[in-house]
Amino acid sequence: MDRAPGDDTTVGEDEAHASDLRPYLIGLLLAVVLTATSFWAANTSVLWPPGVPIGLVVLAIAQMGVHLVFFLHITSGPDNTNNVLALAFGVLIVALIVIGSLWIMSNLSGISLLP
Amino acid sequence: MTAAVTHGVPVGGHESGPASKRVIVAYGFWIFLLSDIVMFSAIFATYAVLSRATAGGPSGTDLFSQGTVAIETSCLLASSFLCGMMSMAVSRGDYRGTYIGGASTFLLGAAFLALEIREFAGMVAQGATPERSAFLSAFFTLVGCHGAHVAVGLAWLIVMMALVRSKGFRPNIRRRLACFSLFWHALDIIWVALFTIVYLMGMHK
Repeated sequence: MDRAPGDDTTVGEDEAHASDLRPYLIGLLLAVVLTATSFWAANTSVLWPPGVPIGLVVLAIAQMGVHLVFFLHITSGPDNTNNVLALAFGVLIVALIVIGSLWIMSNLSGISLLP
Repeated sequence: MTAAVTHGVPVGGHESGPASKRVIVAYGFWIFLLSDIVMFSAIFATYAVLSRATAGGPSGTDLFSQGTVAIETSCLLASSFLCGMMSMAVSRGDYRGTYIGGASTFLLGAAFLALEIREFAGMVAQGATPERSAFLSAFFTLVGCHGAHVAVGLAWLIVMMALVRSKGFRPNIRRRLACFSLFWHALDIIWVALFTIVYLMGMHK
């Protein structure tokens, strides 16, 4: 049986099961750690400055993953295939739009189109 | 029958029929949220392209306050967590827990929105209005669009609390509450991208 996005593993079809607090607590803890690391990395002088933006992007993607798994309860289980496929398509389009725009515009700014 | 066997699907006594309405509604809302995220990605791409086009005006380093952003981030993260607590109370059928969870989710979301409005007002008072530069147009579009989503979410939460009060935990009310919590968690995911790309990268030189 398919599972709705947002349902956690303990929710049955009768909708009356109490769900589990633990995933929310783990998610909150991981999100706080990742956010604090992001703010630290943006301010510290310990790290090599040109590498910091890449690190910030990696931390943000990690935190989005934490939110998806622990708050939205998206899993890799067979009952979640539809949700994961829709998410994968969304991620593909987002990546095409963002990376494509940045690539095209940085290429254009190297060529003077206007007289 | 033979097709199911050749595809390796066990053909037992219970054939899984169409999914329940709860699953279909939540899945449809999930598709809407993904399309909303695709719309945000276009605004993010615009911002990323225009973030250096300050036209001699103020840049992110001059305008952003990291303290405000840290408090806004904490408010929204705690609000998302408490929304999860509210969903748990809903699945237990616990009215008190639902009202407490809903009220705390609302208060933290409203605190986030108030801080953001104060930040915008401060920027406009310094002359950093959307028409000042392409960077500021893109900034107000992106952050304002997220703020508008939060405002809609707060209004929706009030409506849901009123519906729980008047109608109780009927199946249709439960489905709407599930959609609301998906919406609220998705807004927090967008805020993660937003505070990283706009604020932290904007202040890091």
